[in-house]
Amino acid sequence: MADPAAVQTQAFNLWYGTFQALYDVDITVAAGRITSLIGPSGCGKSTLLRSINRITERLGYVRTTGSIEVYGHPIIGPAVSLVQVRKQIGMVFQRPNPLPLSIRENVLFGWKLHNEGPKATRAQEDEIVEQALRTVLLWDETKDRLAHTATGLSLEQQQKLCIARLLPVKPRLLLMDEPCSALDPKGTEAVEELIWTLRGAYTILLVTHNMAQARRASDDCAFMLMGRLVEHRSTNELFVAPEDPRTGDYIEGRYG
Amino acid sequence: MFEARPINRQNQTIERIWRGVFLAMTLVLVIPVLVILGVLVVRGGPMISWAFLTTEPTNGMTEGGVLPALLGTIALVLVALIASVPVGVAAAVYLSEYAADNWLTRTINLAIINLAGVPSIVHALFGLGAFVLFFQFGTSILAASLTLAVMALPVVIVSTRESLQAVPMAFREACWNMGATRWQTIRTVVLPNSISGILTGVILEVSRTAGETAPIMFTGAAFFLPFLPQSVYDQTMALSLHLFVISTQVPGVPDGLPYGVALVLVGIVLLMNSVSIAFRTWLRGRKKW
Ligand SMILES: Nc1ncnc2c1ncn2[C@@H]1O[C@H](COP(=O)(O)OP(=O)(O)O)[C@@H](O)[C@H]1O
Ligand SMILES: [Mg+2]
Repeated sequence: MADPAAVQTQAFNLWYGTFQALYDVDITVAAGRITSLIGPSGCGKSTLLRSINRITERLGYVRTTGSIEVYGHPIIGPAVSLVQVRKQIGMVFQRPNPLPLSIRENVLFGWKLHNEGPKATRAQEDEIVEQALRTVLLWDETKDRLAHTATGLSLEQQQKLCIARLLPVKPRLLLMDEPCSALDPKGTEAVEELIWTLRGAYTILLVTHNMAQARRASDDCAFMLMGRLVEHRSTNELFVAPEDPRTGDYIEGRYG
Repeated sequence: MFEARPINRQNQTIERIWRGVFLAMTLVLVIPVLVILGVLVVRGGPMISWAFLTTEPTNGMTEGGVLPALLGTIALVLVALIASVPVGVAAAVYLSEYAADNWLTRTINLAIINLAGVPSIVHALFGLGAFVLFFQFGTSILAASLTLAVMALPVVIVSTRESLQAVPMAFREACWNMGATRWQTIRTVVLPNSISGILTGVILEVSRTAGETAPIMFTGAAFFLPFLPQSVYDQTMALSLHLFVISTQVPGVPDGLPYGVALVLVGIVLLMNSVSIAFRTWLRGRKKW
């Protein structure tokens, strides 16, 4: 394969203390596509996602074995800079978590952190802000109040802002952990639409407990159960003709 | 259909009783404070004049003003502030933002809380041993202020840490997940969101030390000095010790004089507290979010 996979894990195991949350996960996420990760609550979806930008290790009692590569480069190892990992791999959470800064400063935050060149002029910053907000379909609503607090936005707008602030540092991979589950149906629809417009430009790994969402909004779909990857195929195939009987049981709603 | 039933009336009565109990306890707290302030104002008020604040005590401290003591107290508090704030805030930032939650951190936290309960006379002896004798600052403003600073430190650390921990964890995580280092997170998100709380706590605590007598008695405050201190290596008078001296050690002090001194002391503490509240309001106003 000429193009390396966006994410490739090999025999990845993870323990929270003595509790093993992931068992021998081998998953290959294709670049430039949207891959959804489904499975019953507690099966390890968030754990897998968080391992990919190494948030899990903040808990002192987490231990892992196996490897994770992102675009062909290992993300675990002595030569790896955590800051670079976090820069290239953006993460969106269930609850929108904008910083208590203005909308403008939220968008510029990550960019300022990672900017190595000279300090940008006001005009360059305006450009960055506008481009990011346009990409997440938030520009028209916020262009007249960029100096206002981000926490005054609706949840839907906050979540879009949380996506927008990742973009200026040009990540290649976006990890989203149930990005719509705190939103109302209208917000869910709007954020799904946004995710779909980001397709191609970014590789997106999307955890969802909403099967209709996985079906609507993803190219590929991976099903996890009790810490293991059960099945991973194109979304269409997985939903129409699941190979593993457990996948079938789940998508037909037989696991709560 | 909607009339009160016996059980409702019974609950009503219990409700009134508890309300009364809590109100009574609040009054037990508030009334003495008001009485003290009232007495001070009534008996000490007539003493206060521009001359009282700007002249030195005369005639064996039975007449004249409080200028050297007033300036001395201000100097002691300022130097204590300068000494304790950087150390206390930095220690709190370390404990809250950097230190892992392990037995060592927990032990340190416990020690700090216990340190806050150490009687001030013990701090006085420590200050005498450490600053006056060991570091050879002599009995001086410096030694007395450092003693006050050591006394204020635990409380400064605790109040700062509380302000820091009031900043939601989600903000920190959002920063870290974008690749911010600890320090970048502290500088851009944690401190700006806790600075007003930190400053209020710090100023309140340090102004509280203005009233301390024991820690400065052995370390830098003089009974009576006919001149103003010229540097931090000089001794100084202080309002709290002056009040103690004229109330108990000097014969022939007119009745109102101690009340006047006490009123000045209370006034200066209130002034510092008001400044800290004004400062906090100003900082909050500057925040755009
Ligand atoms: N911080 C943690 N400490 C200990 N156990 C955890 C922690 N986070 C998750 N787990 C456990 O790991 C398993 C997988 O959790 P998670 O990845 O959050 O599942 P999902 O996102 O699929 O609902 C669960 O059994 C959960 O209880
Ligand atoms: Mg989860």
